Amino acid sequence: MSDLMKVSSNPHVRSRTSTGSIMLTVVIALLPAAGFGIYNFGMRALVTILITVASAVLTELLFEIICKKKITIGDFSAVVTGLLLALNLPVNVPWWIGVVGSVFAILVVKMLFGGLGQNFMNPALGARCFLLISFTSIMTNFDCDAYTGATPLANLKNGVDVNIMDMVIGRTAGTIGETSMIAIMIGACILILMGVIDLRIPGSYIVSFVIFISIFGGHGLDGAYISAHLAGGGLMLGAFFMATDYVTRPITKNGQYLFGILLGILTGIFRLFGPSAEGVSYAIIIGNLLVPLIEKITLPKAFGKGGEKA
Amino acid sequence: MAKLTFRGGIHPYDGKELSKDKPIKEVLPKGDLVYPLSQHIGAPAKPIVEKGDHVLTGQKIAEAGGYVSAPVYATVSGTVKAIEPRRVVTGDSVMSIIVENDGLYEEVEYPAVKPLEEMSREEIIDRIKEAGIVGMGGAGFPTHVKLSPKEPEKIDYVIANCAECEPYLTSDYRRMIEEPEKLVNGLKVSLRLFDNARGILAVEDNKPDCIAILKKLTKDEPRISVKTPRTKYPQGAERQIIYATTGRALNSSMLPADAGCIVNNVDTIVAIYHAIYEGKPLMNRIVTVTGDAVADPRNFIVRIGTNYHELIEEAGGFKKEPVKIVSGGPMMGFGIFDLDVPTTKTASALLCLTQDDVSAMEEGPCINCGRCMEVCPSRLTPGMLSDCAEHYDEERFLALDGLECVECGCCSFICPAKRPLTQTIKSMRKMQLAKKKK
Repeated sequence: MSDLMKVSSNPHVRSRTSTGSIMLTVVIALLPAAGFGIYNFGMRALVTILITVASAVLTELLFEIICKKKITIGDFSAVVTGLLLALNLPVNVPWWIGVVGSVFAILVVKMLFGGLGQNFMNPALGARCFLLISFTSIMTNFDCDAYTGATPLANLKNGVDVNIMDMVIGRTAGTIGETSMIAIMIGACILILMGVIDLRIPGSYIVSFVIFISIFGGHGLDGAYISAHLAGGGLMLGAFFMATDYVTRPITKNGQYLFGILLGILTGIFRLFGPSAEGVSYAIIIGNLLVPLIEKITLPKAFGKGGEKA
Repeated sequence: MAKLTFRGGIHPYDGKELSKDKPIKEVLPKGDLVYPLSQHIGAPAKPIVEKGDHVLTGQKIAEAGGYVSAPVYATVSGTVKAIEPRRVVTGDSVMSIIVENDGLYEEVEYPAVKPLEEMSREEIIDRIKEAGIVGMGGAGFPTHVKLSPKEPEKIDYVIANCAECEPYLTSDYRRMIEEPEKLVNGLKVSLRLFDNARGILAVEDNKPDCIAILKKLTKDEPRISVKTPRTKYPQGAERQIIYATTGRALNSSMLPADAGCIVNNVDTIVAIYHAIYEGKPLMNRIVTVTGDAVADPRNFIVRIGTNYHELIEEAGGFKKEPVKIVSGGPMMGFGIFDLDVPTTKTASALLCLTQDDVSAMEEGPCINCGRCMEVCPSRLTPGMLSDCAEHYDEERFLALDGLECVECGCCSFICPAKRPLTQTIKSMRKMQLAKKKK
């Protein structure tokens, strides 16, 4: 018997789930959406995805080498950020858009605030909004070989008829990963079944959004109009993959419902009354900023002090 | 019927198959026996023997040091070799009586017993007190104190905690399989003390064989029922088992008696049985010797004071090099660096592992995933509490109800970033509780 036993305070066992395994699950869950994007828009989409993911990982690696910090690219969080950003880009963006976006997401939004777990807004969305403001015409040009003209949401806003079946399957113009509701839902199911996310945020987000547009959209409870809003734009991708980002959503249960409701209302306002057809990205990053306040007012009660049932 | 359970909790690998199917084996100690004078919560016991005295099995060698205290009995016959500080599982040095075993196991004559129906409340409690019985689930709270609440008529439930939710442990399981009538009769003693109480045998639903045995044994007992809470760690934690079986919720400022409940674990109830029906003091307990490093993992009936080395020997020694040895279960046990410590009244298991998760997994930053909150049986915010502890933010720690933590270890177990949440919260808690006492 060795003289030196490992001694530590309890507990002495740990679960197998790690930060890396969670992030890898998210990457896998994003693959259906990415795959459909490549099928829908062609190889150009794959190139954009690869460039964006590679530059996200490289940015983190270089930052850590230069700052002599521990290398953390093995936790796959940079891959998730890069992939999410790529799925939020139109297919025909020049290659440097992916690079600039990734550098902004990883360097400015994530690493400068202390790295994984410290950023106060979703890095991919932060970068997307940065690109939208800085390179508006590039970021809103959805023309490509497969489709010309406006996205279904823009058509919807302008009163042009949309084909809902195409929107659900994803045969429409839009960003690489947002068009197919089916592909996104497959990924969402993976996340839910693997216990990575639950329905609190996506559920309250979608329900409150539907209520909001039913009241203020001018179409009442028109099923076709509501379905088009749900299937169109980045709502599904945002609700299941970005609003649920651990770091930038409230940790408290009630806070998560509140957060979802807030996002639903903000998205409704931006889509119905804003100048642009889309509003998911802005809604989520504004929601991100309110997280500390939401957590503060929704702290749970302890067992034996009223919290045993919650 | 609603599922009997609580919010939170985890499902770790339970390792019970290693030892659950082998009968309990008796260990006869060979070497010296060490009796720490503090094997319980409260004042240490006071030695009543001196170096050189001859003692018999079952002879009292130290008397209670106060009301909240418990006497200690010799578990072999032999000679008192020394009274000196010895190391115990927690790593502390505790004043202990050392008895050299003469190998004859000569016993004292135990006091005569009366039928339970003829004993008065005071007699029963006195007998339990004299027998040196303490909570054998781990806390070591003197049982006679627990059984003497201010208003005994307000006790509605006496709960036998047979959950055994701690992974790897099978001692309660074996006891229920092999000597269930002792458990049921022991529970009847508590029912005798509390006229208005109903008895509950709370067995996790992963032990259907025990449930069947106990149900059969109690089918003619109108005051006793078997309840089967869902299998989940820490179902056997005091507040959780009370909540799961009665729906009453306690916080840290309350005792179970405040909610009309008394909870005792299986071994404690069997010790009560021995004291009342056989007149014997607490002299042995069941210890699960297990883990992937042990050649023949199984349960042993061990005389208090037996050295841990002897337990490993009885279990066939090590088949693989252990890296970590834990006294108790993997969730709440103590990591020990040396086997040269005695079995005490509260030692439930000796777990020898060939892999140490704690040192093998690298700690990373918190990603705010919220799993610690999901699993916390006390419904706290472990991630935030751990932050407060690391920055010594007392005010926020107390505001977030850090003192409600029961140190069950669920948050550390589940944390994907492998952060030592329980550990930091535990040390902060200790400091705050010490401050409160002043």
